[in-house]
Amino acid sequence: MNKFLLTFVFLASSMLCFSQDDLLDILDKETVTNDKDNIVTSTFKGTRILNGHSVENRKAKQLEFIISHRFGRINSGFDDLFGLDESNIRFSLEYGFTDNLTGGFGRSSFEKTYDMFLKYSLFKQRTGDKSFPFAISLFGSVAAKTLEEPFPLVQRSFSENLSYVGQVLIARKVSKSFSYQVSPTYIHRNTVTIAEDPHDIFALGFGARIKLSNRVSLNGEYYHQFNESVSINTRNALGFGVDIETGGHVFQLILSNAITMIEKSFIAETTGDFFGGDIHLGFNISRTF
Amino acid sequence: MKTNKIIITVISCFLLILNSKAQDKFFTKTGDINFFSKAPLENITADNKDVLSIINVETGEMAIQMKMIDFTFEKALMQEHFNENYIESDKYPTATFKGTITDFKNMSDTKKEHTVKGVLTIHGVSKNVEIKANFKKANNAIDVDGNFIVALKDYKIKIPKIVFMNIAENIKVTFKFNHQPYTK
Repeated sequence: MNKFLLTFVFLASSMLCFSQDDLLDILDKETVTNDKDNIVTSTFKGTRILNGHSVENRKAKQLEFIISHRFGRINSGFDDLFGLDESNIRFSLEYGFTDNLTGGFGRSSFEKTYDMFLKYSLFKQRTGDKSFPFAISLFGSVAAKTLEEPFPLVQRSFSENLSYVGQVLIARKVSKSFSYQVSPTYIHRNTVTIAEDPHDIFALGFGARIKLSNRVSLNGEYYHQFNESVSINTRNALGFGVDIETGGHVFQLILSNAITMIEKSFIAETTGDFFGGDIHLGFNISRTF
Repeated sequence: MKTNKIIITVISCFLLILNSKAQDKFFTKTGDINFFSKAPLENITADNKDVLSIINVETGEMAIQMKMIDFTFEKALMQEHFNENYIESDKYPTATFKGTITDFKNMSDTKKEHTVKGVLTIHGVSKNVEIKANFKKANNAIDVDGNFIVALKDYKIKIPKIVFMNIAENIKVTFKFNHQPYTK
């Protein structure tokens, strides 16, 4: 009798066991975790923090058209409409060759400079089994100044007008709303104004963003030069801005003491004093095709 | 001797239950869900071909689960924004449905519409829904397809005013599942 009871209990419990086997639990069990589930994305909204590059790349086969614009200094007074009369503009086309490699070509009106760059995403920030705390991208660019020297009139060859930039971009998304980036930078100029100016400039960039809402973030960026030109009174580039994401594009509104938008220039050739009011209003608009 | 018989009976009963239960379930992990947003400026569509779905033909219960990160868009930037800002897939990684197929005993090898009543959970918000779907039960397969409309505000998915011309408030969701017998 006891044994029958035991059998009954056993059967009942096994039935119970099955009825607890919820369909959603089965689906949970069958769900596979892919590698991509562990990659931390959207460290920054755009491919630029403000002036400088962020670790973000465009995805494969995406073409992005970026219009960047910096007005004159806002302390230039009413006569210049607070800098709006003056402007520097850069157009660029940037293309994702793969998810990890982006190349771009741009032209700045400042010194009629053409630039090309490549950015490669070396490591992604990851959670899970193969967790890695940082996203690391390598950046390299070459810029050619095509504006002729007005005085003294010297003929320079094409290669004499070239500058090179190499950067290691190291970023971490600490939380959904806070990310930061450190960017060791090396700049080489083939030609400098006077002999005392260094051909090689070393700098360290710091950038961060705080998300104010899902679609708006506040960004800050600072590049510290360890050595600098002596022919001009250069200052370290500092900028603050707002990223506004609108569907397929990201709009960036920027306040910075730099008027240029390419690395060799805004890191090593910025002369504005941010706290003295030499601030340029600017924006980056990107459209992805 | 008697004890042995009982043990054998118990084990065979147990195996029988296991067996019969297993055959009662039909399953797919390659279900297809597409959503379509029609707005004045832009039509947006996204596909997820890794949707899990299971049907218990004994009870008429049905469950569906998908990872939001598996939706692929035409534009990579849209996909990023979908996960980051709209569906917030780090906080709410999956969408699920659990419900019961009405009149499931009458499922046959001709395509027939059944209503599925249950709970749809998207973006962490659960709603009672009734979805009409076509069911076809052939030998060793159950095919399900259909579509329904999801109102984004029901699931607390906010569309900022600046993009209301780009994203519709009501999204058409189309689904297609080919279930095979579930063996485990």
